[in-house]
Amino acid sequence: MVQPLLTMSLDSKIPSGPMAEKWTRHKRDSKLINPKNKRKYSVIVVGSGLAGSAAAASLSEMGYKVKCFCFQDSARRAHSIAAQGGINAAKNYQNDGDSVHRLFYDTVKGGDFRAREANVHRLAEVSVNIIDQCVAQGVPFAREYGGGLANRSFGGAQVSRTFYARGQTGQQLLLGAYSALNKEIARGGVEMYSRTEMLDLIVVNGQTKGIVVRNLVTGKIDAHVADTVLLCTGGYGNVFFLSTNAMGCNVTATWRAHRKGAFFANPCYTQIHPTCIPVSGDYQSKLTLMSESLRNDGRVWVPKKAEDCGKNPADIPEADRDYYLERKYPSFGNLAPRDISSRAAKEACDDGRGVGPGGRGVYLDFAESIRDFGRNTIAERYGNLFDMYERITGESAYERPMRIYPAVHYTMGGLWVDYNLMSNLPGLHVLGEANFSDHGANRLGASALMQGLADGYFVIPTTVANYLVTQKPGEVTLDNPEVKKAVADAEERTKKLLSVKGKRSVDSFHRELGLLVWDKCGMARTREGLQEAIDRIPALREEFWNNVTVPGSGDAANQELEKAGRVADFMEFAELLCIDAQNREESCGGHFREEHQYPDGEAKRNDQDFSYVAAWEYSGNCSQPKLNKEPLTFEEVHLAVRSYK
Amino acid sequence: MALLNLHLKVWRQNGSQPGHFQDIEAPEIPDHASFLEMMDIVNERLIANGQDPIAFDHDCREGICGACSMTINGMPHGPERATTTCQLHMRKFRTGDTIWIEPFRARSFPVVKDLMVDRGAFDRIMQAGGFVSIRTGSAPEGNSIPIGKDVADAAMDAAACIGCGACVASCKNASAMLFVSAKVGQLNTLPQGQPERQRRTLGMVRQMDAEGFGNCTNQYECEAACPKEISVRWITKLNRDYAVAAVKDIVGAGRQQAGGEGGD
Repeated sequence: MVQPLLTMSLDSKIPSGPMAEKWTRHKRDSKLINPKNKRKYSVIVVGSGLAGSAAAASLSEMGYKVKCFCFQDSARRAHSIAAQGGINAAKNYQNDGDSVHRLFYDTVKGGDFRAREANVHRLAEVSVNIIDQCVAQGVPFAREYGGGLANRSFGGAQVSRTFYARGQTGQQLLLGAYSALNKEIARGGVEMYSRTEMLDLIVVNGQTKGIVVRNLVTGKIDAHVADTVLLCTGGYGNVFFLSTNAMGCNVTATWRAHRKGAFFANPCYTQIHPTCIPVSGDYQSKLTLMSESLRNDGRVWVPKKAEDCGKNPADIPEADRDYYLERKYPSFGNLAPRDISSRAAKEACDDGRGVGPGGRGVYLDFAESIRDFGRNTIAERYGNLFDMYERITGESAYERPMRIYPAVHYTMGGLWVDYNLMSNLPGLHVLGEANFSDHGANRLGASALMQGLADGYFVIPTTVANYLVTQKPGEVTLDNPEVKKAVADAEERTKKLLSVKGKRSVDSFHRELGLLVWDKCGMARTREGLQEAIDRIPALREEFWNNVTVPGSGDAANQELEKAGRVADFMEFAELLCIDAQNREESCGGHFREEHQYPDGEAKRNDQDFSYVAAWEYSGNCSQPKLNKEPLTFEEVHLAVRSYK
Repeated sequence: MALLNLHLKVWRQNGSQPGHFQDIEAPEIPDHASFLEMMDIVNERLIANGQDPIAFDHDCREGICGACSMTINGMPHGPERATTTCQLHMRKFRTGDTIWIEPFRARSFPVVKDLMVDRGAFDRIMQAGGFVSIRTGSAPEGNSIPIGKDVADAAMDAAACIGCGACVASCKNASAMLFVSAKVGQLNTLPQGQPERQRRTLGMVRQMDAEGFGNCTNQYECEAACPKEISVRWITKLNRDYAVAAVKDIVGAGRQQAGGEGGD
């Protein structure tokens, strides 16, 4: 059942005034709720990563009644924890000319001019507050000898503005947000529900009023109602089956919201990271990222001749090696941008010159650096990465070149939100990777953590009141017929999954879907390839519902049932992903259409026709979504070819 | 790539009912697979045979989320040093091996199903003081608190804990001292943590005791099992902090009482 929509317009609600004053003005003009009344309003937060934990803690501190949900066994295990590199902030501690404007500009350009300017500017503004907040919580950022905070540089910027905690910045920032969440749980401001998964959104009279959840230990399905719902549920990278995402990452929360009327924006913007450990067999469950910093000292190559691919790399003479990045991009060489490097690796492997199992890998060779700087220097720089590589592959990168291949890493698309982070569906707010707003078609390194915390700590605490003041607190209760219906629907769906009793496992369907989407809608896409995927996905979906087997019952812990629900939603979402990729007749950022490139292989944007956000509306049939457009206008930044030459 | 033929003895348990070991044959396991991928293969086969797959916690599969929690051949996270179960690979085993797979065992970690345990006690310990009480928006400028590199590095050593519970599972007393000492130690080392140092130390240690974790008798199995190599020196520091906090607590309580009785 599709809920009738009250509002169909895409009003981004961007405040008026000069770019640098919009957020200040918006804060001044936003509604306030007095402390006594705040206690009457309840907020549901789904997800406990950076955005979710930060939002839940901050809103509870302000006096709202908060319930927070996560499917993991503890809030601390959300996938934000796996981010390695760092977090950007325009502190200019290095005195190297950084500023809010420069961070804003770099992010808009990095996103290939497909992000909403006003949101990005706000992100750059609050970036400095995030660092202060995290330091005060006791996040052990790297320090200089004098006691000041240290910085490192990162891709897409000419200044050093990245703050970090060894190679575990995401972990430390998440533990900081988790500590703030714990403080509020102890105080009674937040009720925490772990091992609890959202199955559906509850919409009453066009307003978002709650969620349906399943307790993953007892299997019980029930509803929770509140005055607003915040989805902080991350990205959809696992539609590809193999990605660097955690196994549990899924699209269910945002997809169920989409089916209830929330627009899904720009799903085709997916980020492929060039340096991951390649697939080694069909049993593989996930891919592991190796820090991009390795490309500073490693040289990327494949054999010139396909027949050399099976040889020991040491036996292939220099003359028979193709250092293809150095050859094709002499000025950038091995440090070519992420999307370019990823596509070049694919081309070499498509050409039959890939190395390792399955021929989907290229060498990242440290022999020259070890010769020039010595093994110890290389070990100091990358020792932990070399150790990790050896644990996973059983090979020493000191003795033999690493094998790497690109992998899905992050998704820029997500539910459409306005400047208040509210979806077109009133009362539904979407934060962090789950929304679409800040990274355009490509996210720069160290910007995901920044956005999650910006949304959670600083944006939603201001903007949520703009919606809440329009609502009478506690208006919808558990005995509302819409609530009961949503629970009954979720129970019915669970029963259906259990009753198919077919022949194929959930994973076998997920793998097949992932391979198809990776093949046709991965690093390089064509109109024909996408059409093939669009034709094949509905058939696969039908087979899933007729031939999947989910053992066990619904009234106890059942991990296969959890996976089945998620894969069922990926089966629907995948089609929208391909439809969006086919609609966007241009190449930009993470979306590369082979038909649209310059002779040198650079992505060719089409600003004339595609300078818009594609916000897809559910029509009742997932094969026929309706396209709504939010035009992108640029006041501060001049549209230009994204070049790093 | 070689294929391994393995004999598994896997703990099966449904909630609070008694559990047992099930013998499962696992032929033709690729030695490149991770331990959890081996479990995936086994589960696929169980499902194909109409049997109940083995439940186990896992998520990131890159050694940082702390979800995976198996005791392999008697060792939490298995035989490899500084490695979580998800990063352990089958090439560390030989064909013909018998592998015993159990959950992390401790009274305070009740079994949910098979290899899946409830580590909620760790969350409750954290809620008892594992934070700095600073409201969002009230933080001073980041560089206004200079922190020496050695202090920041030491705090980071403690903060690297992934909260998996291997320390508890490896300890014959099921003590949580390594976990608690790392969490207390991180904040008690930093200047930001000083105002609540005493409250934090007492709160977290008392919650640890209330959860039923055992006492530390300096066996140091925890450090050996820890996938992040957290040092037992943090336990020494916690004991020191706790002694000071407990004395201050008694003296402070006495003073308060005296003040209350005297009254102005």
